[in-house]
Amino acid sequence: MSIQILIPTPLRQFTSNLESVAVEGNSVGEALKNLCVKYSALQKHLYSDDGKLRNFVNVYLNDEDIRYLQKESTPISDKDVVSIIPSIAGGNI
Amino acid sequence: MTNVELSGEEIRRYGRHLIMPEVGMDGQKKLKAASVLLIGAGGLGSPLGLYLAAAGVGRIGIVDFDVVDYSNLQRQVLHSTKDVGRPKLASAKERLEGINPFVKIETHEMHLTSENALKLFSGYDIVVDGTDNFPTRYLVNDACVLTGKPNVYGSIFRFEGQVSVFATNDGPCYRCLYPEPPPPGLVPSCAEGGVLGILPGIIGTLQANETVKLIIGKGEPLVGRLLLFDALKTKFRELKLRKNPDCPVCGQHRTITSLIDYEAFCGVQSGWDSFAREEQYEITVEDLKKRLDNKDDLFILDVREPQEYQICNLNGYLIPLRDLPNRINELDTAKEIIVHCKVGGRSRQAVEFMKQSGFRKVKNLVGGIDEWAELIDPAMPRY
Repeated sequence: MSIQILIPTPLRQFTSNLESVAVEGNSVGEALKNLCVKYSALQKHLYSDDGKLRNFVNVYLNDEDIRYLQKESTPISDKDVVSIIPSIAGGNI
Repeated sequence: MTNVELSGEEIRRYGRHLIMPEVGMDGQKKLKAASVLLIGAGGLGSPLGLYLAAAGVGRIGIVDFDVVDYSNLQRQVLHSTKDVGRPKLASAKERLEGINPFVKIETHEMHLTSENALKLFSGYDIVVDGTDNFPTRYLVNDACVLTGKPNVYGSIFRFEGQVSVFATNDGPCYRCLYPEPPPPGLVPSCAEGGVLGILPGIIGTLQANETVKLIIGKGEPLVGRLLLFDALKTKFRELKLRKNPDCPVCGQHRTITSLIDYEAFCGVQSGWDSFAREEQYEITVEDLKKRLDNKDDLFILDVREPQEYQICNLNGYLIPLRDLPNRINELDTAKEIIVHCKVGGRSRQAVEFMKQSGFRKVKNLVGGIDEWAELIDPAMPRY
């Protein structure tokens, strides 16, 4: 199944400036893994060396945090949108 | 009801508030009785200060220690060209008192630290976070949770902004959303990534709106909701935020009960120190100048973006940092390579990456092209 992953501004430099990428996958985790296969530079930004999704990377399925669904094994269907919500800190500069 | 009165002059000033049932005399008195602490008098602090002062918030505290720089004026509308070189607090106070002499502006010229935050926060009703770095964001959050103050959060990067209201009694806090900060260097700063000047205007104004709503107790504050704004597409999105029962600072089994060392928590020192800080991998602008004058065979690698290269350059070979992994084979390990960016952060990452890729004769230009412009070539444009 092909779904859209929305890429936040700080990570678009690793996805040829694309703001959304279509990937295959039946779960959020599969979709993210396939995203990293497509854009390998994203890997270290999303996953730690031991392959765990980094704690400061928030992944949402539609408007819900996957931590409160079934985490990476959360199933996805056709009209779902997966978003990566990064920490950004700018403001006073 | 709050024990304040409005003078005839104030009633005229706030007339457009007073005739709205949502604000009215009660709401305006609440605003006058309220106190708000702004962390930062920069991009977000500018619209925040302007609108909160105009709205009649009785006491506004501002924490900042910076001076106005020419490059601030593109977005920090609190300050004017004539203010360049002045402390931001001085120009902020002057401007805000000019807008509304009925509000009290309190300036705190200091770095916010774990030592001074709790005492400072306890003197205000609401804290508004307009900082620009992760250690201060975690510090502001934890100090708000510990003192029970709402934290009106706003953050920006390039064309993208986030707004929420954290740490009210039942709502989530910043740590519920982001338990840990990203390691230094992984997320570029605004100084490197740039920011659309209008974006802090929009996000800071949304923060001001949330602040006023909290004070007058009307509407639906952004508690438990994260508002995302994309200025390029002019799109707003909203995500649900939940209170994390395991949150170390606001959860049921708290492990953080006093303020910690936030620089260490965010890895600011250890991160940078371990990051290619060995001297053999560094060169100063003075040494580079000498070696270029000597006609030494050096390869200059510029890891900035093409639009930065257009502003000024050292005739270097341009590979933006993000392209380096894909284009590393364009570089010769046998050559001595000097890597530079604007101020030295991205080039340090590039050097680290190149070391891991087998390059040994590679050096980071400390202070970047900005230091070169300052110390070696004053005619070079700075940005």
